[in-house]
Amino acid sequence: MDITLRIRRYNPEADEAPHWEEYAVSAEPTDRVLDLLHQVKWYQDGTLTFRRSCAHGVCGSDAMIINGRNRLACEYLVKDAGPVVTVEAMRGMAVVKDLLVDMDPFWDSYKQVMPFLVNDEIPADGKERRQSPADRDRYEDTSRCILCAACTTSCPVFWSDQAYVGPAAIVNAHRFIVDSRDTAKQERLEIMADPDGVWRCRTTFNCVEACPRDIKITKAILEVTNEIGRSGLR
Amino acid sequence: MTLATAGRGLIPQSRVHDLDAVVVGAGGAGLYAALELKQELGPDARIGVVSKLYPSRSHTGAAQGGVCAALGNTEEDHWEWHWFDTVKGGDYLVDQDAAEVMCRDAIETIINLEHLGLPFDRTDDGLINQRRFGGHTRNYGEGPVRRSCFAADRTGHAILQTLFQQCIKHGVAFFDEYQVLDVALPDGPAGRVSGVIALELATSELHAFRARAVLFATGGYGKVFKVTSNAHTLTGDGMAIPYRRGLPLEDMEFFQFHPTGMYKLGFLLSEAMRGEGGVLLNDKGERFMESYAPTMKDLASRDVVSRSIYLEIAEGRGIGGSDFVHLDVRHLGAEVLNKKLPDMSGFIRTYFGLEPLTDLVPIQPTAHYAMGGVPTDIDGRALADEFGRVVPGFYAAGEVACVSVHGANRLGTNSLLDILVFGRRAGKKMAAELADLPEPIADAEAEESVQAMVSGLLSGTDGERPAVIRAELQEVMFAKCGVYRTQALLTECRDAVSALRDRARRLQIDDKGCRYNTDLGEALELGYLLDCAEATVVSALARTESRGGHAREDFPDRDDTDWLKHTFATRSPQTGEMTLAYKPVTITKFEPKPRTY
Repeated sequence: MDITLRIRRYNPEADEAPHWEEYAVSAEPTDRVLDLLHQVKWYQDGTLTFRRSCAHGVCGSDAMIINGRNRLACEYLVKDAGPVVTVEAMRGMAVVKDLLVDMDPFWDSYKQVMPFLVNDEIPADGKERRQSPADRDRYEDTSRCILCAACTTSCPVFWSDQAYVGPAAIVNAHRFIVDSRDTAKQERLEIMADPDGVWRCRTTFNCVEACPRDIKITKAILEVTNEIGRSGLR
Repeated sequence: MTLATAGRGLIPQSRVHDLDAVVVGAGGAGLYAALELKQELGPDARIGVVSKLYPSRSHTGAAQGGVCAALGNTEEDHWEWHWFDTVKGGDYLVDQDAAEVMCRDAIETIINLEHLGLPFDRTDDGLINQRRFGGHTRNYGEGPVRRSCFAADRTGHAILQTLFQQCIKHGVAFFDEYQVLDVALPDGPAGRVSGVIALELATSELHAFRARAVLFATGGYGKVFKVTSNAHTLTGDGMAIPYRRGLPLEDMEFFQFHPTGMYKLGFLLSEAMRGEGGVLLNDKGERFMESYAPTMKDLASRDVVSRSIYLEIAEGRGIGGSDFVHLDVRHLGAEVLNKKLPDMSGFIRTYFGLEPLTDLVPIQPTAHYAMGGVPTDIDGRALADEFGRVVPGFYAAGEVACVSVHGANRLGTNSLLDILVFGRRAGKKMAAELADLPEPIADAEAEESVQAMVSGLLSGTDGERPAVIRAELQEVMFAKCGVYRTQALLTECRDAVSALRDRARRLQIDDKGCRYNTDLGEALELGYLLDCAEATVVSALARTESRGGHAREDFPDRDDTDWLKHTFATRSPQTGEMTLAYKPVTITKFEPKPRTY
């Protein structure tokens, strides 16, 4: 297949403003958009810059806007993307170079929600803590997050105000809030109940559409708001 | 603790980071070591993790099926059985004292991970659930046993996230997107390690991380092969760097080809698919593993299954006479496929457009895991030679290292166990030794040579594209240093690698800028791949026997008389000459026996 790849290029070191460049590449229908980007980088223009690592949708490096929607470049196949493929950096974060954005604010939001189990008690027998399969299931979905930022950068609330903690951070807060082993639920709910926390969600469902892991993000957000209600914080 | 930086390097003070210990690589081994260091030394300890990726991108996260420990939660099991399986799986090249430590420590380590929050699947009683995996048996080989602890089919992801989370909790300092280019050895390769020199990807500036103790936990080098399960970033950085400085690499000829790589794409469909009951079929629809491994069948060890697939293909029984066979998981049912193997089922749907409930899945062996690497003792201390001399302050753990617990072939799940047990042990050892290690000083020579290497690449104008050389390297290594090897193939391969190394002295990159120059980063990685390839093919050529992941058509039998020993490959930094030395295998309990499954 002959593909026209349109990439929004921007190198603040050299360019006055972002601009679109077109590249002709040939590909198998089963190739991934990441393969197209590599063809350009490796054999046409080595200055094209993006992040990637595992190339099969588990490391979360290569989220970007492809044909208007947030996706992982390594999970989107040429046969589905069509003969003209447009690629640009995720929205709401500063473009550092081409498809590579400044992820620092994203990690800051993540760290803000205490994304770690808090529980200093160890069972007397020295063995694992018991947890029923049903309790384990409560955070199955949200523990699947790969921190790719596709959800947060698809959120209109986040676009308008980066102080909003964003769906990815809420997903990771949820993962611990509903874990029966955790002892810091109240603290986390207080963080979530902050004016820049969970209340700012307007349930536009962009995040659910963008998530490459199909995590039911709005359901998790709803569960967090319910927990806040139950905790008496609101 | 006080630290002084004696000696002046090239790198300005503003980019010198004085730390107590520096960990290179943010996968499971590195993060567990960093966590352990922080816990042992307290909140004031300056522990830095330097990685060319964000920690959550590390390839530990791609590990799927599970991590073995003889918890005995679902049926009788003993760590001694696990120990035997590991030794036998490694075709008796395993150092048995090291494997004993790994299998015994496994139990406490897995429990510790649960305490740290790892989302293991549970039994109805609320215990950590366990399932079958290739090569893991009850009672010394009688039949499969449920030993693999798992979090659905993304166990590595769960491990990586849990350890990253705990490192955040304990205040480990992260230096993300710094590519390490050299190790500071101010007293020469025989002396102590004093930190690392790294390229900050955001700015292309060099930084010096000075510390008394340095752990390399950078993973493998699967990108040396054309078809591989490995991430693009697995380029052997942590092996090539000490090798360039004249330190040895152990057992590099042993590389594991995993039987069930997705056809052409190379990434894995977990062994857990066979652990849950999936089987391999040839063109005639025959379950061919029954004839190669009558007891363990599709769950024989990986080298055995990969070779069986090759033989089926060689005899014309690949699908449609082609170079792949089928994995059949149709009979597992929707419950197992969607609940226990959801990611695998998703890969099949996304990349092949097939439905695992109704379709057969095309698979081929894929380059997966380096058994060899930087030689270490059981506490992660890097060894300077085959006699066991330690390099003061230098440690390695995980795939980059060779303890050796995997011998000639690693069992499924034991890679996760290796990073956990030895990452943690290395962290403890570093903490214990720190006070006795000398204060770090600059290695001005290393800083200058790194600066020259980077400037050379940025100013090159008449060389070849790195990608062209890399593609040729991957092609020749897969074709001539792959599942089956011969004297003739390996000789051709060695000469080809040598010619590629010559060509790579003149590279031309397009990007001459300073901001996130990944063009430069890939050119540097190509250098590492070429060095790892050289050590691999030269070690393989010398070993005139077949053992585990090293299968010689011209020497089809294992030869315990001459080859029950580890290879130590070294290259002189002065002359460029390679030497091979050998070290006896440590045998404490299990006498080598013929290996059947």
